Amino acid sequence: MSIKYSMRLVSQKQLAKDVYLCVLEGDLVQQITAPGQFIQLQVPDHYLRRPISICDYDQAANQLTIIYKVFGTGTAAFAELEAGQMVSCLGPLGNGFDVAAAAAAEQIVLVGGGVGVPPLYGLAKALLAQYPQKKITAVLGFNQADDVFYAPEFAELLPTTVMTIDGSLGEEGTVIAALQPMTVDYIYSCGPTGMLRAIETAFPEVKGQVSLEERMACGFGACMACVCKTDNDKGYARVCLDGPVFAMGSVVYE
Amino acid sequence: MNRLAVSLPGLEMKNPIMPASGCFGFGREFAPLYDLSVLGGVMVKSTTLEPRFGNATPRVAETPNGMLNAIGLQNPGVDAIIEHELPWLAQYDTKIIVNLAGSSKDDYIATAKRLAMSQHVDAIELNISCPNVKAGGIQFGTDPEVAGELTAAIKAVSLVPVYVKLSPNVTDIVAMAKAVAAAGADGISLINTLVGMRLDYATGKPVLANTIGGLSGPAIMPVALRMVYQVASSIDIPIIGMGGISCARDVVEFFSAGASAVAVGTANFNNPYVMPEIIDELPTLLDGLGVVSINDLKGRAWL
Repeated sequence: MSIKYSMRLVSQKQLAKDVYLCVLEGDLVQQITAPGQFIQLQVPDHYLRRPISICDYDQAANQLTIIYKVFGTGTAAFAELEAGQMVSCLGPLGNGFDVAAAAAAEQIVLVGGGVGVPPLYGLAKALLAQYPQKKITAVLGFNQADDVFYAPEFAELLPTTVMTIDGSLGEEGTVIAALQPMTVDYIYSCGPTGMLRAIETAFPEVKGQVSLEERMACGFGACMACVCKTDNDKGYARVCLDGPVFAMGSVVYE
Repeated sequence: MNRLAVSLPGLEMKNPIMPASGCFGFGREFAPLYDLSVLGGVMVKSTTLEPRFGNATPRVAETPNGMLNAIGLQNPGVDAIIEHELPWLAQYDTKIIVNLAGSSKDDYIATAKRLAMSQHVDAIELNISCPNVKAGGIQFGTDPEVAGELTAAIKAVSLVPVYVKLSPNVTDIVAMAKAVAAAGADGISLINTLVGMRLDYATGKPVLANTIGGLSGPAIMPVALRMVYQVASSIDIPIIGMGGISCARDVVEFFSAGASAVAVGTANFNNPYVMPEIIDELPTLLDGLGVVSINDLKGRAWL
């Protein structure tokens, strides 16, 4: 089994302030088993790879899409790469979202925050394909209008509510404010820890899955950098290998 | 003949390539990627008497050509390791070196006694150099006298050869090496990580939750190589060289400095296949250098 691939950069474009969409092509795509998995990108002149979630993938075309935010010099260097260049990638990594787990639910909501939004796009497509009869909606949260990306793409797939903290686009407030009036019996969420914790606190009875973000070195479970506390028998889990998706209620937020 | 075979106390190995402790877990994450039997040995993650969860996150930070870590000796504890990890790893044809850490002398001794009951330990690597926990061994690794006493105490209870892993965070590495050699160490591992830190550009605060961490990766290789060179000329027990090795040419340098075997650390995180790649590449390098055995490269720095 290989988890190391060379992928060709097909295209790269800016979507919002510091946010870029990149399409990569290569055989890694054939190994993807679930939406919500991620890849570790090698960035020019940087030692550690950058973990980036897979937004969407097309196994017939052998291509995947990532959407990432430029946070520091590493992601900035990656944003400089152009079409045709080859990129070393480890992946697909992590377990991804379990679509089958929502089989008993009638009303499913996808809740994304900031750069937590992208993996929910592939998930939305998978859920719609699996459950054409269910009511599936999305709530996407950002700080302000400048940060918003991919809302039209989500809206083409399913009913989508955009929230901004300052109200400069969509509705004003947090994703919790959007969720409160809704009838929900299954939640899929990805975003900052504070948002995930708030969702689990506000909806303790609702089943669902959360995808965590954490600094990591290897991405495949060896370095023990990205641990989080959980209710499993070990007391901890590795976000990269045991996650990044966990059942709601199983993560002990600190 | 096997051109890569090396012979160290307790470690008759098909090649001198091992993962450094803490960079390979107990091997389970790499086992699906390649056959662990290709490795000369496996230095497993630090083992302590009680299970440890380790430090808060973030636990890693990038540095120029390297990284900082402050994992904090996370491990399931010696009993779980003896019961679950070592028997599993023993299915592979490779040597098992158990890295031993502790908070006190009694703690180290008690853990070493437990390890003596396992049939799957080929050697102990005594960790007196972890910089990332308040009581993780570094207090034993900076004073030659204390390091020597602990080495003698572990030698007294261990049934297998003991390699002492030294910290580079000392003024006189040769004095440390001489002290543990005099106390009966069968070999020396050089080096553990260098203590460092990074600050977040925007906030000015430390990136690591633990504030400081251990620097590893190619950036530290010149320091490691210098210490192997200095120590190899002053003691006559074998040295396992480590610190920034990421390709076969690096291995040649460490042997030239006086190492008898090497461990690959952080490079495993960047390229999980790095060790089998190095093992495949070494014979070609030996051909190019005009030597038959990798042992012929040992100590070329002085010849």
